[in-house]
This record gives sequence, C-alpha cells and structure tokens, in this order.
Amino acid sequence: MTMTLTQQILTIAAVVLGTMTTRFLPFLLFPAGKTTPAFVQYLGKALPAAVFGLLVIYSLKDVQLLTGSHGIPEAISIALVIILHYWKRQMLLSIAGGTICYMLLVQLVF
Amino acid sequence: MTTHPSQQGTIGRAFHAAFPYTIPILTSFIFLGLTYGIYMRAAGFSFWYPMLMSLTIFAGSVEFVAANLLLGAFHPLQALALTFMINARHLFYGISMLDKYKHTGWKKFYLIFGMCDENFSINYTAAIPASVDQGWFMFFVTLLNHCYWVLGATLGGIFGAMIPFNTEGLDFVLPAMFIVIFLEQWLKDTNHTSGILGLALSLLCLLYFGADGFILPSMIAIFVALTLLHKPLEKGSDPQ
Repeated sequence: MTMTLTQQILTIAAVVLGTMTTRFLPFLLFPAGKTTPAFVQYLGKALPAAVFGLLVIYSLKDVQLLTGSHGIPEAISIALVIILHYWKRQMLLSIAGGTICYMLLVQLVF
Repeated sequence: MTTHPSQQGTIGRAFHAAFPYTIPILTSFIFLGLTYGIYMRAAGFSFWYPMLMSLTIFAGSVEFVAANLLLGAFHPLQALALTFMINARHLFYGISMLDKYKHTGWKKFYLIFGMCDENFSINYTAAIPASVDQGWFMFFVTLLNHCYWVLGATLGGIFGAMIPFNTEGLDFVLPAMFIVIFLEQWLKDTNHTSGILGLALSLLCLLYFGADGFILPSMIAIFVALTLLHKPLEKGSDPQ
C-alpha cells in the first residue's frame, strides 16, 4: 500500500462525501418548509416505477446471454418469482422461492 | 432512559412491522457484506477497513470501487467525482422521498444518510399499517439493513473465505427482491408507462453502453422521456 493513513482517511472521506451529496442534494434544494415545484413533484411520483425498472436491469447486468448458461437459470428463476408473486403476493415467499430455485439450477443443473 | 410507555409501544410496533421487510436484506447483505470483507482482506486490508467503510459509506458498489481507489494513487477529488457519478441514481430517490421523509424529525438525517437502493425501495413501496408510526418504521428498516451490512463486512474481514456451505447463486436474492418491488409498484399503478420506460431504456442502454457505463445514460434517458411525457402522464395519472 502506497498511501499513508491520512491519505487513506481523506480518500474514504471523499467517497463518503460523494455518496452523501447524491443523497442529501434533493432535500437541500427542495426544503420541507417551501413548496416543491410542480415539475419536481411530478418527477417524484413518476420516477420510482422507472427507477425500479432500472434497478432490475442493474441487478441483472452481469448475466451473460452469449456464453456459459446463456441466462437460462436466470430466466427460469425470474419467471418463478413473477408466478409466485402473482399467485400468493408474499414478498418473502417470492424472493426465497426464486433464490433457492436459482441456487439449485446453478449448483446442480448448469 | 426515560422513554414514555406509550412511546415505547410506538417504537416496538414499528420494529415488529419493519423487521419482516428486512429479512431478504438480512440474507443478501450478510452475503454481500461477507464478500466485500473477504475482498478487502484479499486486497491486504485488516477488518477495520471493511467495518468502518461499510459503516460510513453504506453504498454497496461504491465500496468495492473505494477499495481500488485506496490501492491506487492519492486523488481525493477524482474519488469524489467518481463516487458522485456512480451514485447519481440516489438523486432520483431523494426526489421521490421528499414527501415521505418530511415529518420524521431528527430521524430524517439518518434516513437520508442510509438511503441505499434497498432502503429506498422498501421504504417507498412498503404498505405501512395505519397503526404504525411511518418515521420509526422507515428508521428501523434503515437501521436493521445498515447493521446487516456492517456485520457481514466485518465478519468477512475477520474470517476471510471460511464459509461452511456452497453459497453459489445466493446473490440472486438481490435481483429477486428488485423484481418483487417492481411488481408491487406495477400492481399499484394504473398507468404503466413509467415502469415500461424504466425497463426498456435501461436495457437498451445496457446493450449499447455495456455493464460498466450504462447507469448514467439510463438515468438521462429516463429523465428526458419522463420530461417529454410530463403533460400526457400528469393528465392520466392516478393519485398515490
């Protein structure tokens, strides 16, 4: 390691500051006491569904469709999560079912 | 401690309501945290590093990046800019949480500090019963998940790679949870334009820009699309 302890602390502090800026900035720009602009209010309602879509893709970004198991275990497990969730609508059951299915597939089948 | 009995009831109820929502994260964060701790250990850092970094940064992907920053040359401004870009999606979370975090008093600071992907997703979508205090519920979701993450990272840093069972595939907990959260929002919405846009634009950006650089283009595409659709979406929108 080439950095001194002080440099390490400053680097970690920079990462903390960068992360906290992204989290606090909207609350500083649109404080609770003032009326939030209508367009920002609209974004606050319209964004989450799109962001959850982004997070789904983000969490699956490293799946390889052209090599290895071609994303088949992922596709099967995703289908199971969706079926379980529409059937019982119990968050924990859907997540556990999909994950156990995926673990069995990648450990035993593919 | 001089907590009023009725306040104690409020806090207890919120804890009991919040804990089940954090169980998937318990699995996922302990596992991811262990991986992070092991990663840091393998890179030559003692367990103090993953422990303190998971406590203060509390943003999964960036902590792995931070490990590499620590191994490179000293460039704090570059670290700051890089972190800001990787975590820029939090800006969207903040905009969506302006209302929900409004009346949470002193807890607001910690809720914003701990607003990672998972805490935002749960706190935004959870159907909190009317008898449960919203602020305390979201506080416990955040606190519990924070604890899981620090615990996992610390244990990973201490024990290294001595995990007793085959965990291959356990990381699917995270995509499974985001799919469920996406579905929950889908079932709640009557207009699905935003959800479809989010999936489709992100997928297009992933295919075009690749796994390492698609987040920022996706965010810009989503922002532009929602801005262009402001009028038609607002007209047909359903009250939350």
